[in-house]
Amino acid sequence: MASSEPVMKISHLYKSFGNNHVLNDFNFELYKGENVVVLGKSGSGKSVLIKCIIGLLKPDQGTIEVFDQCINDMDDADLDKVRARVGFLFQSNALYDSMTVRENLEFPLRRHWMEVSQEEVNQMVTEALEDVGLAHTIDMMPVELSGGMRKRIALARTLILKPDIILYDEPTTGLDSITGSEIISLMIEIKKKYNTSSLIISHDMNCVRRASDRVVVLYDGTCYATGTYTSLQNHTDPKVKQFFEQDFKQ
Amino acid sequence: MSNETRLQAFLSEAGELSRFAARFVSQCLRPRYEVAEFIRQCYIIGYQSLPLVGLTGFIMGLVLTLQLRPSMVDYGVESQLPAIVGIAIVREIGPVITALIFAGKIGSSIGAELGSMKVTEQIDAMEVSGTNPFKYLVVTRVMAAICMLPILSVLSDAISLYGAYLGVNVRGATSFHLFWVEVVDSLAFNDVLPAFIKTFFFGFAVGIIGCFKGYNSKKGTEGVGHSANSAVVLSSVVIFILDLLAVQITDLLGFN
Ligand SMILES: Nc1ncnc2c1ncn2[C@@H]1O[C@H](COP(=O)(O)OP(=O)(O)O)[C@@H](O)[C@H]1O
Ligand SMILES: [Mg+2]
Repeated sequence: MASSEPVMKISHLYKSFGNNHVLNDFNFELYKGENVVVLGKSGSGKSVLIKCIIGLLKPDQGTIEVFDQCINDMDDADLDKVRARVGFLFQSNALYDSMTVRENLEFPLRRHWMEVSQEEVNQMVTEALEDVGLAHTIDMMPVELSGGMRKRIALARTLILKPDIILYDEPTTGLDSITGSEIISLMIEIKKKYNTSSLIISHDMNCVRRASDRVVVLYDGTCYATGTYTSLQNHTDPKVKQFFEQDFKQ
Repeated sequence: MSNETRLQAFLSEAGELSRFAARFVSQCLRPRYEVAEFIRQCYIIGYQSLPLVGLTGFIMGLVLTLQLRPSMVDYGVESQLPAIVGIAIVREIGPVITALIFAGKIGSSIGAELGSMKVTEQIDAMEVSGTNPFKYLVVTRVMAAICMLPILSVLSDAISLYGAYLGVNVRGATSFHLFWVEVVDSLAFNDVLPAFIKTFFFGFAVGIIGCFKGYNSKKGTEGVGHSANSAVVLSSVVIFILDLLAVQITDLLGFN
């Protein structure tokens, strides 16, 4: 299912905060139509990694290419063009508290493409909400929604620009296991429907097992091991094994 | 914390705040201009503060007059009451009290709002949605504070003077017209203009400090509370410092 053209290529990425060396020579490629899970312990630099990819953090060294364009030294206007094609689902959802669901979804649309007509906007909002099964919440405020619903709305806001790549930052963390499962199903459905490539950050083994075509273990700031879920499951290295053993205990 | 590290922390915070203010200046000159959001913020920051500012102004004017009256009667200069009260309100009490109330209401709400947007990644979300969050959130709010505080302050002066009129008039001695004429007669251009100009700086201080504290909020709900709180404390202190500077500067320039 994955084709051979990479949509994202990260080479020799370094990022540190003072003496805290978070990423040390991280290398990675994401191919079209592929779901890759980056597995790592809490505090291992997973969020830092995807924030570098979307240009929220500047790497110290190394290059990040998205759609064959190097984003390191891009100016804001070009970066915005890339960002319009890359969706980002934040760990804390980042829904705008002061706006209704509709306004939340309209925000990226209006900001990225100023010339969209009102009917088109309405139609895109409705479609994105239907994709996540929450069309009835359109006029609600984020505080009125449950945790799972908020995650779905955040996903709808990510989907509204029909991104080619979606970056998920711990999509199931903080949700109960049933709601988490629903989110995972939704992610798989979306990938099928729009043929997007996804980079999913997680330490939820259920998410890793169901959503991944390929798994990358982030350890000590590098890409420590990579392979399919089953191949890593039988890995002998204790640093890789620990993630899977924890799964059996639960 | 030892005194030395405290001093260091203070200086580095002052440096950060100056850099934040410089960034505001450079960003507000360059397009794109967030006009719609600016107008919305003017409504929230200005119009919605009006009842509070009006009420406190009214009470200040009334109380000040009632407090001054006995002494003025003792000295036999009761007829000077409108002039004295007018000068006190317009030169000092009106602008400063309005700015302090404004710091309490607007400084804390900006600090808390931006702080919670920061910790829940809403600011990052804006940035990836084709929006410069500094322009959209900070420039609009600071500009609205700069524009609204002078207006609020003038309105508060007027309401305060009305309160003062009621205070003067407890014995039913003065007509409103006469009171007004006496106040206006006692006020010179030199009383009004410096007082008006300093409110722009007060507005800037409240806006920029609220935004600075919120924008640099630490993770967690405690961080948000702390941002709101320290925004009010710092901007209130800065208002007094600016007031002190303003009186020195007007003195130097010979407006007194
Ligand atoms: N803006 C920042 N400033 C300083 N340190 C940071 C910053 N962001 C992240 N870190 C540090 O980087 C490390 C990795 O953080 P993060 O990527 O958020 O972990 P996680 O893998 O749980 O998402 C942590 O030690 C964190 O303290
Ligand atoms: Mg994280």
